[in-house]
Amino acid sequence: MMKLLKRYRIALVLAVLNLLLLVIFPTIGRSSIELTRNNVREMLMVIPPIFMLLGLLDVWVKRETMIKLMGDNSGFSGAVIAFLMGSAAAGPLYAAFPIAGILLKKGSKLSNVLIFIGAWSTTKIPLLLFEASSLGWEFMVTRFAVNLVGIGTIAFVIEKFLAVEDKKAIYKKAATMN
Amino acid sequence: MMFTIVLYILALVLLIVSFIKDTGKTKMALKKAWKSFENILPQFIVILIIVGIMLAAISPEVISRLIGNQSGWTGMLIAAVIGAITLVPGFVAFPLAAALLNGGAGLMQIAVFISTLMMVGIVTIPVEISYFGKKATFLRNGMAFLFSFVVALVIGVILR
Repeated sequence: MMKLLKRYRIALVLAVLNLLLLVIFPTIGRSSIELTRNNVREMLMVIPPIFMLLGLLDVWVKRETMIKLMGDNSGFSGAVIAFLMGSAAAGPLYAAFPIAGILLKKGSKLSNVLIFIGAWSTTKIPLLLFEASSLGWEFMVTRFAVNLVGIGTIAFVIEKFLAVEDKKAIYKKAATMN
Repeated sequence: MMFTIVLYILALVLLIVSFIKDTGKTKMALKKAWKSFENILPQFIVILIIVGIMLAAISPEVISRLIGNQSGWTGMLIAAVIGAITLVPGFVAFPLAAALLNGGAGLMQIAVFISTLMMVGIVTIPVEISYFGKKATFLRNGMAFLFSFVVALVIGVILR
């Protein structure tokens, strides 16, 4: 019980803060509770299949397979697979991190996992369609093209910048988080 | 919406196939799914509440006043910062961006806003650190922040 309270303490403090808002600034408080409720609903809708897939991936995909597909020697095709996986996603960015953790645990190359995160954050296919309809095709296509370059560059640079120990620490974290 | 349904179908089909092939493994997969979720749930809740409070405090009118057509580099910087700290689901972000454009926001300001909104996550940084460590997380968010200005510049040049 204490452990549970401790894990959720920040969430509880924020919930109390939100209730205080409701008393002090009723309009802001009310709309923030409304927004939080909508966000929670969205999360509960999108997240079950993502974590189900994560569990299945963990159990069924062998480490050797993942290393071959997205590991250190997977080359350009590994990057493409990572990009497609990220783009085919649905759901908020924070849901991508647990999946990234599994990919790392299974032996994917760090830069490929970063490409996956980049694609998930900004070139998700369902969102691209939405973007085109809201802001126009030229806007979407231009942004997509620039992002292709940007996602790859960011992943490459981070991989280069991290020392061997940094990477070791990341892989170690991934093994314990999931 | 459509995509979520596709994702559900995919997950369910794979789950059934998995169940037929190996019941024990499937149970383990579900257990792992729940464990991973429960592991990160406190941080998810924190994110959702902060986002709710922030969005309630910063209205679209306020944003469009700050990042109008004539706001120039200051406007772009403000747009980038707002985008970096807020976290909005995509299907809210794009109509919001379109509305802001109609409300007088500049195109480049909107481009940088959309870009940091999607790529930089100040609120989600604690979650990111717990998977990637501090160095990689700060590098990724910092570079994505700067990169968002590149995106805006290219869009400004091409769509002018």
